[in-house]
This record gives sequence, structure tokens and C-alpha cells, in this order.
Amino acid sequence: MGKTIAEKIFEAHLVDRPAEDVWVLSLDAVFCHEITTPPAILELVRRGKDRVFDPARIKAVIDHVTPAKDGKTALQGKILRDWARRHGIRDFFDVGRNGVCHVLFPEKGFVRPGYAVVMGDSHTCTNGAFGAFTPGVGTTDLAVAILKGVCAFRTPRTMKITLSGTLPPGVFAKDAILAVIGRIGVDGATDRIVEFDGPAVEAMDMEARMTLCNMTVEAGATCGICRPDEKTVDFLWEFIRGDFADRKAAAAAFRRWWPDPDAVYEQEIAIDVSGLEPLATFGYKPDQVKPVRELAGTPIDQVFIGSCTNGRLSDLRVAAAVVRGRTIHPRVRGIVCPATPKIYAAALREGLIEDFLQAGFCVTHPTCGPCLGMSTGVLAEGEVCASTSNRNFNGRMGKGGMVHLMSPATAAASALAGAIANSPLFPGTRRTP
Amino acid sequence: MKTFGGSARFLDRADINTDEIIPARYLTEVERAALKPFLLEDLRLEGFDPQRDLAGCEALIARANFGCGSSREHAAWALEVNGIRLVVAPSFARIFRQNMFNGGLLALELPAAAIDGLFRRFARRPGIRAVADLEAGLLEVGGEGEVERVPFELGGFERALLEAGGWLEYADRRYEAGKRKGG
Ligand code: SF4
Repeated sequence: MGKTIAEKIFEAHLVDRPAEDVWVLSLDAVFCHEITTPPAILELVRRGKDRVFDPARIKAVIDHVTPAKDGKTALQGKILRDWARRHGIRDFFDVGRNGVCHVLFPEKGFVRPGYAVVMGDSHTCTNGAFGAFTPGVGTTDLAVAILKGVCAFRTPRTMKITLSGTLPPGVFAKDAILAVIGRIGVDGATDRIVEFDGPAVEAMDMEARMTLCNMTVEAGATCGICRPDEKTVDFLWEFIRGDFADRKAAAAAFRRWWPDPDAVYEQEIAIDVSGLEPLATFGYKPDQVKPVRELAGTPIDQVFIGSCTNGRLSDLRVAAAVVRGRTIHPRVRGIVCPATPKIYAAALREGLIEDFLQAGFCVTHPTCGPCLGMSTGVLAEGEVCASTSNRNFNGRMGKGGMVHLMSPATAAASALAGAIANSPLFPGTRRTP
Repeated sequence: MKTFGGSARFLDRADINTDEIIPARYLTEVERAALKPFLLEDLRLEGFDPQRDLAGCEALIARANFGCGSSREHAAWALEVNGIRLVVAPSFARIFRQNMFNGGLLALELPAAAIDGLFRRFARRPGIRAVADLEAGLLEVGGEGEVERVPFELGGFERALLEAGGWLEYADRRYEAGKRKGG
């Protein structure tokens, strides 16, 4: 019987089957950030087990609240920093070198096709874009991963989502994944791995594929996975060039991680993206999705462009193109967070930061910032934010605040309008004078 | 051997997420005990007041997809430090469910129809208790003079985690660091 990508990765990493439906896998890498790792570190210390399975395979970053905003966040950073030093964890990224984990770690080449990686963060699923199995886990799983380099999972059940057709202009991977979540619901993929397939996914660059995989957890998925191809090779080439004769050879080797033609999926869903239009969420759940057109005119107080979903260079390019030479609505507070220093520098070189500043945006340093309502852009009771992030839960960006999730193009257009609006990149949108 | 639960509260909403169970603004705490006053602070539920309704609570009975969203184990800890070691629901989000068992807490999945029945019979009554007996594989829910018994099955791995006291205890005994099958 043919195998899915996840089944192949599971078999290659199997350490133990403690029960019929449970697989304990060895991990190629363990990722850490300053919110969920310190409790794991303290727990290990308390038990007299302050060890790491392999310092070279542990990567750590301070990204959620950085630079520290108060004594408590300073302590979280310090616990992680001291631990990284004490165990010789070289890939530790602190202020000035840090960025949003799920953008920074792929950028550093830490995720490769066929890898099994965990992190104490639900959006670790983003990294599946590289043909890897990268589920988010809790702190106890993380503690065991740090100590032993293993993690337990149920037998993989895979759901195949085929995106056919071509994304129309002004419609992006973000709209595609919102369409998927809107269709299958917030628990539509619970306990399942989503394997993406189809020409629209093939056509996406790695950044778009990361956006796609990033939000699979909003449908309950363990992880999203894309098959690794030439684009994966190109993205990773500077890190893997020593391992392969040339790019072609790398792409051929990565085919090992393609699903078999007769792989068995528990469920298959097909969406033709050619007919998609820009989408946004309207409630407190990410499956409450509507066409932007139906939400147009909804007043907003803040716009956030950033996060592990849409804080990459391609996202900033699109948003900057929409606001270039114009000014955002006087009532709107615009916040742009380039996700990593590399993206920030590139955006600066390309003049995007200038575009944002001219338009009246505040451009912050790389951080999760407003995404989870812990720093740099918390909403007040009753305020509304148009956001390129991934969660619109009640209170997510501040108690009593409302979050509408959308693409960077839509968020930028909404910033100009002072209300939810389609971007001029989408045909059928008339540009306001 | 072990029982979980006691005085029970019903939360009549599906998709209760971990941001609602413990909001991000409290994630700056590195010690579990500090989470105690903030459990379910952001839950939007008609007539629900966490301070009043969770006092003395030892078990929660809720609707589908409980614990979805953020991976924060702080959600399971916030329950634990409040003395809640049992949550009963038709389904759980994967990470939250694993976090419960990893910490030696019981996330009990029952058929939606059985949960519906419990809600209909007991949700509006005061003094209801819910106790899960692992050995007997039985959940008892009820109050004065009226008790409903719902049988349940628990996977071998979950049972082993509860018996070991959690995943850290279990894994520490069983695995060596960094070893892979076949080298
Ligand atoms: S950007 Fe938001 S969703 Fe992504 S890792 Fe940071 S807090 Fe989590």
C-alpha cells in the first residue's frame, strides 16, 4: 500500500511503538522560544535533569515579546538565554538577531525535507511547507524533546487538500487557506495531517506555501505538508549545496519525500482557486470567513501587517505596493512588523520601509508583537483590527478587541480606507480617488 | 486505582480555545501557581463568571473541540492549579489533549450524544459531581438521588501516562537521549 509524506517521515524516524496507535519519533531539530520553553527548562532543572539531547539540534529565539517590556518578560528571556549559554546552544537568536520563529528558522535553513521537528508553538506547522513533519507541541512534550530528542504521536491520518487552478491577481495564499478553513471548519482537520497538492500549490513560492501551512492548525491540523520540489531546493540551496552535486540532484533526492501515487488518504478535498476572491474573517473563530466585499465598510482602528503568517518580504512588497504614495486613514493606527532582521534589511533596501513610513505606518522591529496582544499594539475594549495574522479569538490582541484576518493586500487597502476594503490589486475593485 | 474529578461545571460552548482558558497576557508567568486567578477569564458565555462559577470546581464538562488554538500548556496548568484534573468533552484539540495526559490529567472523550444527555439532565442543577474511575472505566455524573453512569475506554498509552504521572516520567525511564532506530 502506498504511503503519504507523513507516513514516510514517521517510518524513517520511528523509535518506539508504546501502544498500537502511538509512534515515538526521533527528532531532527527542536525549536524553542521564550514563552513556552522557560517552564520546560525550570521543570527539568527542578528534576535534576538539566540536560539537552544535542545542542546542535536545538534552536532558540526570543521573539514573542522582544526587547523585554517588563521584569517578567526580561526573566523569560534570561532563563532561555542562560540555558542556551550553559548548554552550548549556538543557534540562539537574541535582540538584534531575532525574529518571528516560524519565519526566522526556515530562513536559516533549519528545516529540511523529510525532517521531524517540534516546537512549543502551535504554528510550528508552518515549517511543513518544506516537506517536513513539524507539529506544535506543549511544554511537557517540549521538555522531553529537549532531554531525549523524541516525541510521541498517534498514527498519522492524512487529509489531502488539492488546490487546482490559478490564483487570480489580488488573491493570495492567505485567501486560499482562509477558504480551506471556512470550508472544513475549526476542527475539520483535528488530529490529521494536511497534505497540500495541486497546480496552485506548485505555483506558489516557499513564502506562500508557508502561509498556507501556517494556518492549518486553525482547522485543528497537526501539521500542513507540501511536497518538496525545485522551489524548496532553491530556497534552501545556500544551506544544502555541500550535500548535492547540483540543484537537480537535490530535487531528485527530495522526491523520496513525495507521496506514493497510491497513497491512502482519509479524506480528500479539492478547491479550484481560480474563482476565489479576497476573504476575511468576521467573528471570533478563524472559520468564520466571508468575501471582503461583504465586509467592506466595517470601520477599523488598527491595521497589523506582520506575524508568522504574513510578515515575510513578499507580504511587505504587496502591502507597500498598495500604500505607496498614499496615506493611511487618519483614524487608523498602522503597524508593520517585518518578521526578521533579514526581511527588515531587504525591505529597507527596496524602499518598502520608506513607503510605509510615508503612508503613516509605524514600522517596528521584528517581533510577534500585536499578534498575540502581549506588546506593541494591544487593542482596547471595543477596538477593531484588520490583521494579517492567524488568530481572531476573542481577546487575542487585547481584551474586548475584534480581529479580522486577511491578506496583506487587503489589510493595506483597509488601512487606506479606514475600513475593511478590497485592494486595487484585485480586479473588480475600483480605486477610490 | 485512580479517580479524577469531583464538583462539576458545565460549559455549554464548542471550540473553547486556549486563549480563552488562559489569555496571552498571563503567559509572562513562568510558575504555574501564578495562573490560578485567571482561568477562563476571557470565556464568553452567557451568565458565566469565572470567579464565582469556578470556585471549588474539580471537573469541567464541555462541548466539542475543547482546547483548540495556541499550544500553551499554561491552559492545562491553569486547570490543574485550580484543582481541575478532569475535562469531559466530545472531542479535544490534539495539543491540548496531549498536554492534559502529559501532565497526568484526564481529557475524557465521550460520544456527543452522551454529553448531550449529561447537559440536558444536569447542566442547570447545582451540586452536580462528575467522577471518572480509571479502573472501572466509568464516569459517574449526578447529584442528590440521581446518577448517570457512562462507560469509557482509554487508550493504553494514555493510561500508561496517567499511571506514570506524566510523559516526562514515562519518557525518562524509557528512552535514551538522541538514540535512533538503526543507529
Ligand atoms: S506571530 Fe503570532 S502566531 Fe506567529 S508565533 Fe508569533 S505569536 Fe504565534
